[in-house]
Amino acid sequence: MSEIVKKILYLNRKAPYGTIYAWESLEVVLISAAFDQVVSLMFMDDGVYQLVKGQDPSGIGMKNFSSTYRTLGDYEVKNVYVDRDSLAARGLTADNLVQIAWEDVDTGEEMENIVTVIDASRGCELMAEADVVFSF
Amino acid sequence: MNILHTVNKSPFERTSLDSCLKFAAPGAAVLLIEDGVYAALRDTGAAARVKDALKTVKIYALGPDLKARGFAEGHLIPGIGVLDYAGFVDLAAASAKVQAWL
Repeated sequence: MSEIVKKILYLNRKAPYGTIYAWESLEVVLISAAFDQVVSLMFMDDGVYQLVKGQDPSGIGMKNFSSTYRTLGDYEVKNVYVDRDSLAARGLTADNLVQIAWEDVDTGEEMENIVTVIDASRGCELMAEADVVFSF
Repeated sequence: MNILHTVNKSPFERTSLDSCLKFAAPGAAVLLIEDGVYAALRDTGAAARVKDALKTVKIYALGPDLKARGFAEGHLIPGIGVLDYAGFVDLAAASAKVQAWL
């Protein structure tokens, strides 16, 4: 356990593949989670496209990192939030997104899906609650 | 021969698509590639502008870029064609020039 534990919020606003932001964010998320920080992810604007299920970048010669999102629950990431307005502006619903299961290995507590669609007011609260917000 | 315009930015993040559609002449072709393919999807905030443009220009989306992002032909605005890389080359060869909107 690290001596200092911070509540870190990762704010993801870029589509995957077109730029390196999404992949870089995921790398840093995994690193900070491994250091026992309290990690939350929020997806908004084109960032919601990162969670669209069924991605297959084999045809464009890029690594498929989308399956890594589904393992976040194994890294003790318990909170993944998606902005409702950003989904609506893109004709998407929660049904278009991957599901991320979560389990506490110590207590056996389980959640089938930690991906939560939220309104802007809740997003505002989450930003206020975080010790630090990392933007990608 | 007409111009082939390519757009590689998301319509929700940049004005590339809007500028392209504003300047594309009737009969031109517009190929959506990379993050530009998001403009080809149904029911988005950009769909009305794309449907309007389809009345005067041909619009295509690059299949491998759609597939990478988890979408397929069934998710597209009707009237938009899907091209593979060979189709991209054929379209470029059949056009007077290629103009990129970055």
